[in-house]
Amino acid sequence: MYQVGKIAVLFLIFILGCANSENDPTVLKFWAMGAEGEYVSQLLPEFEKENPNIEVKVQQVPWTAAQEKLITAFASDKLPDVFQLGNTWVPQFHSLSAIENLSEYVEKSTSIDESNYFPGIWDTNVLDSTIYGIPWYIDTRVLYYRSDILKRAGFDHPPRTWDELYEISKSIKKVLADKNKYAIYLPSNEWAPFVIWGLQNNAALLKSNNSYGNFSSPEFKEAFAFITKFHKEKLAPIGMTEVNNVFQAFKDEYFSMYISGPWNIKDFKLWLTDSLENSWMIAPLPAPTDEYPGASLAGGSSLVINSKSEVKQEAWKLIEFLSRKKVQLEFYKLLNDLPAVKSAWMDSIFVNDKFLKVFYTQFLNVKATPKIAEWEQIAFSKIQQYAEYTVREVMTVDEALAALDKDINEILKKRRWLLDKNEQ
Amino acid sequence: MNSSKYKYDSGLGSKKSLIIFLSPALLAILIFFFIPVISAFIMSFTDFSIYALADWNYIQFIGLDNYFRLFDDPLFWIALKNTFYFVITAGPLSIIASLTAAILLSSKLTAFKSFFRLSFFLPVVTTLVAVAIVWRFIYHPNFGLLNYFLSYFGISPIDWLGDPVWAMPAIILMAIWKSFGYNMIIFIAGLQNIPEQLYEAAEIEGANSWHKFHHITLPLLAPTTLFVGIITLIGFFQLFAEPYIMTQGGPLNSTLSIVQYMYQEGFRWWNMGYSAAIAFVLFTIIFTGSIIQLKMKKND
Repeated sequence: MYQVGKIAVLFLIFILGCANSENDPTVLKFWAMGAEGEYVSQLLPEFEKENPNIEVKVQQVPWTAAQEKLITAFASDKLPDVFQLGNTWVPQFHSLSAIENLSEYVEKSTSIDESNYFPGIWDTNVLDSTIYGIPWYIDTRVLYYRSDILKRAGFDHPPRTWDELYEISKSIKKVLADKNKYAIYLPSNEWAPFVIWGLQNNAALLKSNNSYGNFSSPEFKEAFAFITKFHKEKLAPIGMTEVNNVFQAFKDEYFSMYISGPWNIKDFKLWLTDSLENSWMIAPLPAPTDEYPGASLAGGSSLVINSKSEVKQEAWKLIEFLSRKKVQLEFYKLLNDLPAVKSAWMDSIFVNDKFLKVFYTQFLNVKATPKIAEWEQIAFSKIQQYAEYTVREVMTVDEALAALDKDINEILKKRRWLLDKNEQ
Repeated sequence: MNSSKYKYDSGLGSKKSLIIFLSPALLAILIFFFIPVISAFIMSFTDFSIYALADWNYIQFIGLDNYFRLFDDPLFWIALKNTFYFVITAGPLSIIASLTAAILLSSKLTAFKSFFRLSFFLPVVTTLVAVAIVWRFIYHPNFGLLNYFLSYFGISPIDWLGDPVWAMPAIILMAIWKSFGYNMIIFIAGLQNIPEQLYEAAEIEGANSWHKFHHITLPLLAPTTLFVGIITLIGFFQLFAEPYIMTQGGPLNSTLSIVQYMYQEGFRWWNMGYSAAIAFVLFTIIFTGSIIQLKMKKND
């Protein structure tokens, strides 16, 4: 009898255990990069309070290893349910069929609406007219400039056109009259300015359904010749090693203009203090024609859902939560990431901030880079390489762009093969 | 006592036990060495890229195409040239530096031996990332220590890491400083194995210190030198971390090494097939280099 009782008790425990596990919340795995991964967990208790049946497990992935980690995770079927992707990575993960088509989710959603996003940014997540990621926070590049030096050079406003940028640069160089001081900093290990200038000039960077390089086009050539002229005429430094610290260099008047993103605002504020506090400002980028402002890059991060996730509805709920105006504002306060939803930009913090106003204007005119998996390689290895060859005058503009196209055609060989295969 | 007890049994039973005892090690070598090497070798005949991760049908066998492409790839030749430049200059210099340091430290006249031994060995065990930051400042064109020092001799500032001509010498100097301590320790051990009587005998015969070095130290150190030479050759051909951290291969790809190019193609851009082909070319080069060194030794 005693034995039977023992078994009964064990059985009861077993039953209770089962029942318990049924009430266990659904676990939602969420990967976010760098500081975002660190801070986002502060926003999540509210989400879990609203959805007691969901438990979010955040894992922080360092930015430098993020892409490698995500691809390795994909290869071993270990991708989380929902994760952050730099928006230029969306095409790559789409080509792996790793991320879910979100069209239906957006259609049914009452809180996420395309009209509440900057069109240029939204577009970076659209592939074959289908949406694959929801913008989480956004960035773009603007012109940082030393207003005091521009004033000394005789200009009371930032450059609005390419011609004006060139004129201002020449005046700055003349006024400072120092071999070791330059007008603008355009390092060849940052591909962005070189591509931005091409996009501003309406250059199609790739052709034939993004399967061949098109950098030798007259539009890109003109833009590239224009921007590399600054290096050749010593208006911009050629090397990159002189600048160990851009903030210090900006403070020391080593350069007076720099094209960069919102992530640098905080540090520039920190470095340029006291008498220099009001000596710098940011402005939208100049344009090739009179249509100021010129276009910039659509950057930022998106949230995507793993196409193999078993808890897609819950994952979408989390995306909706993180896209709320209130949550986006909180996120901005935590780590200065610019909100993706436009309604957040109507908040008083944004309307009254002189820097954020500039970013708002710029976001209205942003363009996406070609949306193919190979773009990262083209930009980071090839464009930077040939930009460097050109600014150091190892190659002429024509030679460099022809070689660039040749290399790109080699990189895109596999893509052409796949396009052919899919047509058959 | 039965002496046969100590004889090796060549029967089947002992072979079995041999295999059983060795199997854990063999298994580990098989799984973690042979299988990856063989799959990499096979991969080098395919166009394995990021698309292959999505669908295995996207992998094509392309025969020797990767290898042909390599010979057509200017960047590969640049990387190869840079690597040879590095090995040919840094290799002998590093061996000379470590041998000199070892001889000086073995001398009876040297004071604070262990202090110097420690200081020379310290760079070997220091993290490269930390070291690189310090060296970046040493090499800084405007306020670097090296240019400051050179200015006393009237040499105008050199942009060490930013000038395509000087970037590789800068990397070489740093790599030698970072690695010579290791070889030095091996040379010290080798020197201690040379019997003191030989030197005493030579002195009685009236040999000076050059004679002693040339006719006693060098020949008796030959096995050590061969070992150090091969290890240095293999290590230096795999130059990666120094340029990766200091210059990212620049300026103008003047410090791009083979391994760095391989890493970029493979793990940055996921062109695994191409990257595997580079790996096997590098393997062939290192293998040939080691064989030549061994042959040269035998002919001596």
